[in-house]
Amino acid sequence: MEELVIQKIGPVSDEEMVLNMGPQHPSTHGVIRFVVKADGEIMKVAVPVVGYLHRAIEKIGEIVTYPQFMPYTDRADYLAAMFANEGWALAVEKLLGLEVPPRAQYLRAISCELNRIASHLISVGTMGQDIGALTPFVHALREREKINDLIEELCGARLTYNYHRIGGVAFDAPEGWIDEARRFVDRFEKVLDEYDRLLTWNEIYVKRLAGIGIIPAEMAVDYGLVGPNLRGSGVDWDLRRDAPYGAYRDFRFDVPLGKGWVGKKGDCFDRYYVRMLEMRESCKILRQAFEKIPAGDFLAPKVPKRIKPPAGEAWSRIESARGEMGYYVVADGATEKAWRVRIRTGSFTAMGIVEPLSRGMMIADLVALIASLDVVAPEIDR
Amino acid sequence: MQPLADQLIRSWIHADPGAWPYTQAVYLLFMLIAGALLTTFTAVFSGIVSWYERRLAGRMQSRIGPNRVGPAGFLVWVADALKLISKEDTIPGDSDHALFRAGPYFVVTGLVLTFVALPFGDRLIAADMNLGLFYILSVTALVVVGLIMSAWSSNSKWSLVGGIRSAAQVVSYEIPAGLAIMVPVLLAGSLSTQGIIRAQGGPAGGSFFLAGGWPWNWFVFDDPMAFVSFFVFLTAALAEGNRTPFDLPEAESELVSGYNTEYSGMRFSFFFLTEWANLWVMSALATLLFLGGWQIPGVAPEVIGHSAALVFVSFLVFVVKTVALVNVVIWLRWTLPRIRVDQMMVLCWKYLVPIEMAAVLLTALWMLGFAHLVPAAQSAIHGVFFLAAGAVPLVLFLRQTFANLRLTSDRVDLTNW
Repeated sequence: MEELVIQKIGPVSDEEMVLNMGPQHPSTHGVIRFVVKADGEIMKVAVPVVGYLHRAIEKIGEIVTYPQFMPYTDRADYLAAMFANEGWALAVEKLLGLEVPPRAQYLRAISCELNRIASHLISVGTMGQDIGALTPFVHALREREKINDLIEELCGARLTYNYHRIGGVAFDAPEGWIDEARRFVDRFEKVLDEYDRLLTWNEIYVKRLAGIGIIPAEMAVDYGLVGPNLRGSGVDWDLRRDAPYGAYRDFRFDVPLGKGWVGKKGDCFDRYYVRMLEMRESCKILRQAFEKIPAGDFLAPKVPKRIKPPAGEAWSRIESARGEMGYYVVADGATEKAWRVRIRTGSFTAMGIVEPLSRGMMIADLVALIASLDVVAPEIDR
Repeated sequence: MQPLADQLIRSWIHADPGAWPYTQAVYLLFMLIAGALLTTFTAVFSGIVSWYERRLAGRMQSRIGPNRVGPAGFLVWVADALKLISKEDTIPGDSDHALFRAGPYFVVTGLVLTFVALPFGDRLIAADMNLGLFYILSVTALVVVGLIMSAWSSNSKWSLVGGIRSAAQVVSYEIPAGLAIMVPVLLAGSLSTQGIIRAQGGPAGGSFFLAGGWPWNWFVFDDPMAFVSFFVFLTAALAEGNRTPFDLPEAESELVSGYNTEYSGMRFSFFFLTEWANLWVMSALATLLFLGGWQIPGVAPEVIGHSAALVFVSFLVFVVKTVALVNVVIWLRWTLPRIRVDQMMVLCWKYLVPIEMAAVLLTALWMLGFAHLVPAAQSAIHGVFFLAAGAVPLVLFLRQTFANLRLTSDRVDLTNW
C-alpha cells in the first residue's frame, strides 16, 4: 500500500511538501487518509488511502445466516442504514422468490425516504462545516434529531435500525405515527427554505463551491459515480424512477439534475444543490406514501422459519442516499448461509475520482470536494 | 495617566510635579498600576467573552452552551483557565525549543501593548500619545512575529501552513486597515485616540441636539467615504484578528488547528486569550474612530472632564458601543462560511486597497470643499447623511428580521439565559 502511494506521489522537489491528511483529520468524515503533495497552497496531487475502517462485513455475511446478517448491513453505511437493510432484504427475497406485502413495501419506502433526508442533512451540514459555516451543521442535526425520533418510534433504534426483514419489515407503524411524520414533513419544507437563505445562496459559500471539482458527465460515468454525485454532473439516472423497486412504482417525483446553477455543470455546488433538491423530492414522495399507504400485513406470512434458498445467485440494487447500492448473493442451496456476499457502494467509487480531480486544486478545495462527494468511511471500506 | 499623577501630586502633597524629586517614582508606580490593571482587564475580558461567545453561539445553534459552572455557566472561563494552567506544557521533541516557548509571549505582548493607547472614557487612558494610532498599528505587528515564530518552531507542516497564511493575511490587511484609519485621522486632524474622539463631539457651543455623541456627529456618518471606510476597517480588522470569514490560519477543517496545533496548556491558552482580547481591540478601535468613542449624547466634550460621574458615564458609553460591536463580530463568526486563501488576497488587494486609496483622496477633497462652510450647514449635511446611511438600512434590517421570524413562525425565546 505504502509503495503504491509513494509511486503515485512521485518525486518531491525541494519546494513541495508532502502532507498527511488523515486518518485522523477534522474534515475527512471518518478514518480516511489522503496523502497530499502540495506546493504551498496548491496541491499537485492528493492520493486517497482507504482501508482504515475495514471490518470484513462481506466475509461476515458468509458465516452467519441470512436473517442474522441484517444487523451487520446497518454497519455498512451507518448514516443510511435503512438502504443497506433494504438492499440485503431485496437480494434474499430474489433468491427465495418471495413476494413482499404492499404495506411492507410502503413502510420500506417511507423509512428509506426519511433516512435519505437524514443522510442528506448530514451531508449538506458537514459540507457547510467544512467550508467554515458552523451554524448550518447544527441546524441540520436539529432536524435530523426529529427524524431519529420518528424512526425510533418506528423500530426502536436511532442509528443502526435493523428495521427491514426478509419478506417485509420488523414492525408496523405505531398508531398516529403517520400523522406525526406528516407534521414533520410540513415543518421540514419550511426549514429547507431557511437553510437556503442561511447557507445555499450565501455569497461566500457560493464562491467557495462554484466551478470547483468539475466532473463532466462522461467522466462521472467512467469512474462509476452514482447517486447525487452522478446526477450533479447532469446524468439523468435514478433507480427509483428508471428501475423501480418496491413501492416506488406508485410515486411521482422529479429527479433533480446538476445544471451549473452558479458555476459549471458538475461542480461542487451542483452536487450540493442536487442533495438540497432531493430532500424536497423526498418530502413529495413521503406525502404520497402517507396518502396511499394500504392496510394489510407488514411481513409476508409465508416467510420460512429457516431460510434456505435454492442454489443460485441474485443481484439487488437500490437507490441509496449515496447512490446505487448493490448486493450480490450466491446461495449454495444446501446451507442457511450465503456462499458469497458482495456489497457495491457509492462511496468507494467516489474515492477513486479524488486523485484525478485533485491535481492543481487548493488544499481548501480538496476539503470541499470530499464533502461534496459525500463519502462515508464505513461505506468505503465495509 | 501622567496628568492624573500630576494632579494628585499637586492636591495631596502640594508640590510642583516638575520640581518635586520623587515625581518619577510616582510615575513609575502609576505605570505599574496601569499595566497591572490593563493586563488583568485583557485576561478577564477575554475570559468573559469566551463564555459569552459560547452562550451566544448556543442560542444561534438551537443548543444551550456551557451551563454547568456557576449561574448560566458564567464561571466556565475560570474553570477553563484553571484546567489550562494545570495541564502539562508539552513541547514537541524536534521543535525549536526557544522559539516555541517564546512565540506565545510575543503574541500576548503585542496585544496587551495596544491597550496602552486605547481609551476607556474621557481621561481614562493609560497614555494619551499624540501618535496613539500609529503606536497601535506598530505594536500589533508584533503579533504576526509571534505567530510565525510559533508556527515555524512547531516543526509541524499544518502549523507552518497556518503560520504562513496568517502572516500573509495580517500583513496584507494592515494596508486597508491603515488607510481606513487615515480617513478619521484626516477628519480629526489628529493621530491621538482621544483627539479623534474629541473631534466627534459636534460644533463647539452647539445646542443640546448638536453637541456630544449623537450619531449624526459620528465620523461614520460624516461623509460617504467615512461610511465606506468604517466597513472596510471592520473587514480588515476581522482579517487581522483571524476571525470568520477570515479564520484561514486556524481553519479547523483544513489545517487541523493552524499555528497552535502543537501547543498545549498555558501557552495554548495565550493564543485564545489573544484572539478574544483582540475582539475588544478591534471593536474599541472601530468605536473610537467611527462611532464617536465615549462621547455622551447632548453633553459637550469639554464638560465631561470636570465631573467624575460624567467620566463614568462616558466609560459606560464606550463599553456599550464596543460590546455591541463585539456582538456583531461574534454574530458574523457563527453565520458566515470561510473564504479561500486566494479569494482573501483578491479581496484585499483588488478591492479594499483601491477603495480605501480613493476614499482617503476623496476625504481630503471633501474637507477642502466643506472647510469654508459654516458649522451649522455641516451639521445639516451630517443629519441628512445619517438618515440615508444609518437609519434607513437599520429600519430595513429590522423589517427583514421580523419577516424572517414570521416566515418560520419561530419565537424569540430568551428563557434559558
